[in-house]
Amino acid sequence: MSRHEISLTVNGAEAKGEVEARLLLVHFLREDLDLTGTHIGCDTTSCGACTVILNGKAVKSCTVFAVQADGAEVETIEGVATEEGLHPLQEGFWEKHGLQCGYCTPGMILSAKHLLAKNPNPTEEEIRWGISGNLCRCTGYNKIVEAIQYAAEKLRNAETEEARQEVSA
Amino acid sequence: MIPGAFDYHSPSTLEEAVALLARHGDEAKILAGGQSLIPAMRFRLAAPEVLIDINRLEGLQYIREENGYLAIGGLTRESALEESPVVQQRYPLLADTARVIADPLVRNLATVGGNLAHADPANDHPATMLAYGASVVAQGPGGSRVLSIDDFFTDLFENALASDELLTEVRIPEPQPGSGGAYIKVERKVGDYAISAVAVQLRLHGEICSDVRIGLTNVSAVPFRATEAESCLEGKALSEEVLEAVGQAAAGQCDPSADLRGSVEYKRDLTRVLTQRAVTQAIARAKGGSQ
Ligand SMILES: Cc1cc2nc3c(=O)[nH]c(=O)nc-3n(C[C@H](O)[C@H](O)[C@H](O)COP(=O)(O)OP(=O)(O)OC[C@H]3O[C@@H](n4cnc5c(N)ncnc54)[C@H](O)[C@@H]3O)c2cc1C
Ligand code: FES
Ligand code: FES
Repeated sequence: MSRHEISLTVNGAEAKGEVEARLLLVHFLREDLDLTGTHIGCDTTSCGACTVILNGKAVKSCTVFAVQADGAEVETIEGVATEEGLHPLQEGFWEKHGLQCGYCTPGMILSAKHLLAKNPNPTEEEIRWGISGNLCRCTGYNKIVEAIQYAAEKLRNAETEEARQEVSA
Repeated sequence: MIPGAFDYHSPSTLEEAVALLARHGDEAKILAGGQSLIPAMRFRLAAPEVLIDINRLEGLQYIREENGYLAIGGLTRESALEESPVVQQRYPLLADTARVIADPLVRNLATVGGNLAHADPANDHPATMLAYGASVVAQGPGGSRVLSIDDFFTDLFENALASDELLTEVRIPEPQPGSGGAYIKVERKVGDYAISAVAVQLRLHGEICSDVRIGLTNVSAVPFRATEAESCLEGKALSEEVLEAVGQAAAGQCDPSADLRGSVEYKRDLTRVLTQRAVTQAIARAKGGSQ
């Protein structure tokens, strides 16, 4: 059945492929692009281990066809750190022990990243609600919430600092 | 699990999409948010030969009040409903519903049109739209027509659209003065389908209820209105006896099946309680002036 040439931006770099229409985005990322940080935890669109940011929104990449991402911008866990080092969310998961086995962590971080982009100063309840599509079998979530609070604060401080520098410049 | 093979089209205009539907007939399925269809294809519960992806169609994502109703584009995402000020301020029944559908990741893709077209009694929008007395706009090769939501759900996973029609808009009548509504859902865990859920929309004239509409979720094979419960409340003021009768009528009229979510008896009783709570909340909102 139909095959398609696709071209998309993954973590800022161009990625191309020829895919069968039925290929799921998560398989394209893991198998064709070797980006195995995006995990697969279920067959039922339930767990969120496969979460990536697709055109600015956190989605389950096991429930999108790769061909649908033609022309799109995709961000996976591999694109979250910068040359300067870990992203505040990654740092937060480290500092606050937001993981144990780590299986859910890439998905949690991308969900949290989308949440903080929409809402830089979420309440605890908004954080819990915001990550409610991501299941964690280990932590009991409390440490994950703390990790996200840590990152939110750090990102807000960085923004204030930037604004200050702009004013004084 | 990997879905079966299919041919994929992503038309860029509505005309093209409808022409593709007309050409491929029953072999084709529309792909909207994909959050019901792709899981079904992965389980091989659905195996369409052709998928027509409507995500690249322009102008099908909007929420606006016009001509006496709230018009919602067929491809509007659930997350857009959640974030919409007009929905938050004027359509509390819809706002209640949008935030309890699936989880935030699913809601970023799932569409209102897909939620209705899937005609799954476990989905939340059917009950809500039944309670609102909404209508849907269907676009086919020969033009468009408007269907009442009361005629839309024809069987389990079956709707009244022809095989060459696309659902392009949902219309909710603008709330009249003294209106109130509420959606109350109980699920096993956040993100799950309802064990039972109840949508109520009504109007108050002083203490008297009118235009009462009650939709039930996941307690029947086809989404339906608890008309007997509606009659118990229509033209009456709320009292303990009336509330009891409304709950009993909803419990009596629903037809749940036993499954992992609970026994028939449990679901009936839950429906009774949720109907009472939703009615009480709808009335409180009508009194509070928030539609
Ligand atoms: C884990 C999980 C939990 C969920 N929990 C809930 C829940 O609690 N409550 C709830 O309501 N839903 C729930 N859903 C379902 C979700 O809301 C679906 O997205 C929705 O039912 C279908 O919308 P969609 O846009 O994804 O449609 P799709 O999956 O793309 O399509 C569904 C069906 O509708 C048809 N269709 C879609 N759009 C149109 C159109 N415009 N015109 C004609 N036909 C069309 C398709 O051909 C297909 O047959 C859940 C889904 C998942 C994966
Ligand atoms: S792998 Fe579980 S939701 Fe995608
Ligand atoms: S850390 Fe193990 S699943 Fe979350």
